[in-house]
Amino acid sequence: MKLTDAAKVIRSKNAGPLQITIDLMFEDRDRYDTAAASQSLSQASLAQLYGLRQDRVRVIPFPQALAIKLVFDRDIVAGDPGDKDVYGTQQHKLLLGVEL
Amino acid sequence: MSAVAKLQDKFSGDLAGKSLKALSASGQLGYGLPEAALREGVERSPDFIGCDMGSVDPGPYYLGSGELATADAMTRHDLREVLNGARKLDVPLLLGTAGTAGAKPHLEKTLRIIREIAREDGLKFRLASITADMPKDAVKAAANAGRMQTLGTMPVPSDSDIDATTNLVGQMGTDAFRRALDAEADVIVAGRACDTAIFSSVPAMLGYPMGPAMHMAKIIECTSICCTPGGRDAMLGTLEGDSFTLESMNPVRHATPLSVAAHGLYEQADPFSVREPEGALHLNDVEYEAIDDHRVRARGARWEPATQLSVKLEGATYVGERGVLLAGACDPNFIAAIDDITPGVEKTVRELLAGTVSDDFTLTFRVYGRDGVSLWPTPPDSPPHEVFIMGECIAATAEETKTILTTCKQYFLHYGFPGRLSTAGNLAFPFTPPEVITGPAYRFSVYHVMETDDLESLFPVTIEEV
Repeated sequence: MKLTDAAKVIRSKNAGPLQITIDLMFEDRDRYDTAAASQSLSQASLAQLYGLRQDRVRVIPFPQALAIKLVFDRDIVAGDPGDKDVYGTQQHKLLLGVEL
Repeated sequence: MSAVAKLQDKFSGDLAGKSLKALSASGQLGYGLPEAALREGVERSPDFIGCDMGSVDPGPYYLGSGELATADAMTRHDLREVLNGARKLDVPLLLGTAGTAGAKPHLEKTLRIIREIAREDGLKFRLASITADMPKDAVKAAANAGRMQTLGTMPVPSDSDIDATTNLVGQMGTDAFRRALDAEADVIVAGRACDTAIFSSVPAMLGYPMGPAMHMAKIIECTSICCTPGGRDAMLGTLEGDSFTLESMNPVRHATPLSVAAHGLYEQADPFSVREPEGALHLNDVEYEAIDDHRVRARGARWEPATQLSVKLEGATYVGERGVLLAGACDPNFIAAIDDITPGVEKTVRELLAGTVSDDFTLTFRVYGRDGVSLWPTPPDSPPHEVFIMGECIAATAEETKTILTTCKQYFLHYGFPGRLSTAGNLAFPFTPPEVITGPAYRFSVYHVMETDDLESLFPVTIEEV
């Protein structure tokens, strides 16, 4: 199953200027469980997908809301000269191709 | 009797059976208020009204420059709505992070508008203002004493980093608002503040348990964003002691157990724990229950008072004068060669301008259609049809920025590259002049947590009669 078929929300935003947080929210428990168990959303897989060091990626399952939170350290602080996305809202794209 | 004294009277003694109604009028005052929901909220006779007016999200420019992100006319409009609403009910009005970034210039502009509205509308009240500008010596002392924690990858600032900030603020917590309430202020306008402090300080003053009070504050500060569908309409939180209820003042926005739980993720790195100056809010054992299709009841949040008080700091530093060059292209040969062309253009520009402008400027190119947006780009599957190129220059003066961009424009337009067929020009300009000076540029230079033992001296309260 593709992540885009399992998730109803895939959204990206700053959590402060030093981090990007991506929320994956699912319609039901089954889809959440599939995603939470998927190796494609492991810290190692996500670090590889985004080209980040593993210790700069966190994966936080949040079953209360049928959601998984990803937190990435930014290479460039929000709004610094050279930044491309001050609010961090467009950094979810690489997840749209993920197969669970 | 003041609005605060009335509240203290109403909520004196045993709080059992007494519910406290908090109306969140806006999560970002100054961008326009949905008025129907605000009117409905005021009709419910809330015990106090709160609004958040800023955030770190819009980037370092506003903090650094002292400018507001919101337009003057809308800021005035929104402030007029909430001021009149609160004064009509004679309940406290609490505003946090005045004027987008909450430094002294933002606070002063907000206060000036409030005084003008009061004069025009014939309102009389006691006004408290709370500054959030951090004394640089105190921040340096904390940094040098190892009392500064990093968040993410930004190193602890040096003395010169701290001196270089144009504005350096701290996020105040409930303590500062409590002192303004103790002074019986009807309207409290705070500089940089935790969103939660706006809505948790009245419950704290009245003796409500801090876990649920802080949790309610955390949710309603964003108004109806916690609903499905989410929106900007006023939100009513009713604190019942160990639990609280949530209700959007727009009947089409429904708070559901799932929508409210999901809101715990929003803009937070950690959905289970929220750190505040005076403690931490733990949300691991929170339970949500639907009252009906529109309202939710929540309970179970735990407040852990801090053993060490702390303040989150935000500082911005001036980096120069920014200008941009706007251009498009669709020639496939040019697009294929773009990674060689832009460094070549920069090299030419630097050689031509050596001796005319100082060489410590930056010139960067974002290629939209390819990787102008992605912070972690991957190669495209096929070359883009068209690209939009934004050259960005930051130099010491606006005049130098203009000189660099104008030179860049001409040499970029006519830059020769292997395989070039279009020898009359490489770029399509949507209009001329294609170089635009945008003004001063800033960057965040401080985003750290500072330990402190004295919140009162960092966030002083000033009272005036309006």
